[in-house]
Amino acid sequence: MAKISVNRKQYDVSADPSTPLLWVLRDEIGLTGTKFGCGIAQCGSCTVHVDGEARRSCITPLSSVAGKEVTTIEGLSPDGSHPLQKAWIDADAPQCGYCQSGQIMTAAVLLKTTPKPTDADIDRAMAGIICRCGTYNRIRDAIKKAAINGGAK
Amino acid sequence: MTAKPEMDRRSFLKASLAAGGALVVGMNIPLVTRAEERLGIKPPEPAADFQPNAFIKIAKDGKVTVVVGQVEMGQGVLTSLPMIVADELEVDWANVSYESAPADKAFINPQMGMQGTGGSSSVKAFFMPLRKSAAAVREMLVAAAAQQLGAPVGELKAANGEVVHTASSRKVKYGDLLEAAAKITPPAEPKLKDPKDFRYIGKGIKRLDTPDKVIGKAVFGLDVKVPGMLYATILRSPVIGGKVKSVDDAAAKAIKGVTNIVPLGYGVAVVAENYYAARRGRTALKVTWDDGPMATVSSETLYAKFADGANKEKGLEAGKKGDVEAAKTKAAKTVEAVYWAPYLAHTCMEPMNFTADVRADGAEVWGGIQAQMQVQETVAKIAGVPVEKVKVNTTMLGGGFGRRFELDYVVDATNVSKAVGKPVKVVWTREDDVQNDFYRPAAYNKMSAGLDASGNPVFWHHRIATDSIMTRFGWVQPGKVDGSSVEGAADLPYDFPNFQCDWINTNSGVPVGFWRSVGSSHTAFSTECFLDEVAAAAGKDPVAFRLAMLGNHPRHAGVVKLAAEKANWGKPSAGTFQGIAVHESFGSWVAQVAEVSVAKDGQVKVHRVVCAVDCGQVVNPDTVAAQMEGAIVYGLSAALYGEITVKDGKIVQKNFNDYKALRISEMPKVEVYIVPSNEKHGGVGEPGTPPIAPAVVNAIFAATGKRVRSLPIKPADLAAKA
Repeated sequence: MAKISVNRKQYDVSADPSTPLLWVLRDEIGLTGTKFGCGIAQCGSCTVHVDGEARRSCITPLSSVAGKEVTTIEGLSPDGSHPLQKAWIDADAPQCGYCQSGQIMTAAVLLKTTPKPTDADIDRAMAGIICRCGTYNRIRDAIKKAAINGGAK
Repeated sequence: MTAKPEMDRRSFLKASLAAGGALVVGMNIPLVTRAEERLGIKPPEPAADFQPNAFIKIAKDGKVTVVVGQVEMGQGVLTSLPMIVADELEVDWANVSYESAPADKAFINPQMGMQGTGGSSSVKAFFMPLRKSAAAVREMLVAAAAQQLGAPVGELKAANGEVVHTASSRKVKYGDLLEAAAKITPPAEPKLKDPKDFRYIGKGIKRLDTPDKVIGKAVFGLDVKVPGMLYATILRSPVIGGKVKSVDDAAAKAIKGVTNIVPLGYGVAVVAENYYAARRGRTALKVTWDDGPMATVSSETLYAKFADGANKEKGLEAGKKGDVEAAKTKAAKTVEAVYWAPYLAHTCMEPMNFTADVRADGAEVWGGIQAQMQVQETVAKIAGVPVEKVKVNTTMLGGGFGRRFELDYVVDATNVSKAVGKPVKVVWTREDDVQNDFYRPAAYNKMSAGLDASGNPVFWHHRIATDSIMTRFGWVQPGKVDGSSVEGAADLPYDFPNFQCDWINTNSGVPVGFWRSVGSSHTAFSTECFLDEVAAAAGKDPVAFRLAMLGNHPRHAGVVKLAAEKANWGKPSAGTFQGIAVHESFGSWVAQVAEVSVAKDGQVKVHRVVCAVDCGQVVNPDTVAAQMEGAIVYGLSAALYGEITVKDGKIVQKNFNDYKALRISEMPKVEVYIVPSNEKHGGVGEPGTPPIAPAVVNAIFAATGKRVRSLPIKPADLAAKA
């Protein structure tokens, strides 16, 4: 039985220690906002924060997050009020929406380290997250708007 | 349909008070014969008792729920269809929400003749049915208010979820009228609003599904969890069409959590208490395969077969005007080229998955699908239960693009649940998804065109060798032309006095299916690039040459002019070169100007795309813009990277590392201009995809003088010689 902390809550999980964090979050803890897209860290749909850093949960074994704080899209803000989430709604960024948790979680780390990102900063930080619906320009606009509205919180 | 007029009137609308006092109204949608023509499907008989479907629910608190039979795969249908209802029903947008419909023939899409989401058809199919349905409810509420207020209907007005008697300033809320409204006979021909009074239709409205999608709350197929559910993954034949010969499952069964190994003929399912155990079990499986006839097929043999077809077979005539063969002898100048478009995978962000609970007396299933009734019928057949005992729950789709029109992943989950007697969620890996797709058909295009001595067009001859999607579904009989293979080419808009388009069915054995914009995804590339070659041979400007030949196609010409004007055609942004393409598909006309630069090493960068779209009357302009943006990205990913190849019957590509998608760092600026129009609705989900590849390829010619005649674009071919 492993103990992990997700969104500031402690969980006892029975999964094999080698299980990718993604499947522990989704199937055992029931936090399904984090998505499976490729399984090889190519698409970024599974991005979560581990101690504040963006991590691909599809290749992060459960054993490696013991004693660390995991944050998922469900824990980014208590009520969907993170400046990025508000900016995302304002830009009507999502289409199918499947990759958007990974996009937002990645953008949240970007704004923490780079409160006023340039286009080049956004390219660097966000190029790892694939959106097949093609919402990139709205994502870029939303990040810039969130930056103005204190997204670095 | 031959029902008598009175029967029609009664069947048209039927209201009832549902549990909890909500007013539920729906209508039988008249089927359009076009559905039969297009898909060859016989429309189902209308229900004998005229049981209505339920589009609209009004609760006592005034909240309106629109039940949407179309599925949400990113195209915004859960907003655009409720907008239509809200406008005609006169309710405040803040009180409107949506609900996904079950599989039910009441929700049949009249454009398709089935309950389905595809062909960019949702708004065009449901605009009038929803307006009529909502207008009838509004009139029933007004009639109920007339009784309650003792005022004539003519003095009453519906607005903001209330019926108002202006003269006396009295009003009554819809929620307080439900019981009385349910007793009113639904009007057969309710009066529709004057379009000038539309409050929502034509205005940019924020999508209703966005808030849930930014907090991880939207439920996709992958997120479904049913009590007692097991997880499964399926090892499939690496060779297309191969079958299981023998299975050694000892090691797989030894993995903790693995509960069952289910041989399926086409593959072997590993079932487990959790998904990771199922995956480990699959890795431990030892299966030998009977490869079957496709084992000798590779991309080289396919290309040769396609070329042979185009060069040697007569094929079927798909379009003809004048006499091309006679004209060939008279042309002063002849241009010839071969254009090749490869097989493409869909790679929806959400890999295929489905959950099924098959019981002796029925079944319940969950997932992201594009054809609910086909799913219901398929599950019923496998489960051995009557169709009405199968409950279909449609979730959000993590992308569709035509892939979720297929039923293979539905078959998987149903088979496995039936075998183990428990609810089972089958989840494909990305590798399963890339290697077991129904691919966009590859197309070999043998093209020739002639000009007279003054550079005027004399003939156009296009021979398309490609696989048929429609014959696979049985919707086109062998020996007939599959319209989806030649759409946009057989009906070329340019005025060539002699014209011919032939189709050769290559029947390659590679599974093919609907891919965003279907045949137009390759015909726009071949026709618009080759037309550019002909323009160059005539010594004419690409825009001027097109416009000169689009005299009979004003809406093509209209978007060409608009895109050229907005892009400042002929004066590209610094360091870039321009290319243009135009194409009509699904009732919408789209022209795009791409501004491109090509580096010395041949790397192509698309800086800006100016897109002009004429899609008739618009419901949500922001959604139209979003769909154009997305369709451009989808087409650009394919043009720059998309290629599925075959080696010894196996698909070579596996995941996003070798089947690439465009990333934000490669994203061009996109400007969308919508032609103001009151014409009938066109589609918007797909028509933005076809023009982007030819627009970029034509811009590459402007930049380098090199013609790209085979996709994807290969930088090595464009690199400057050292």
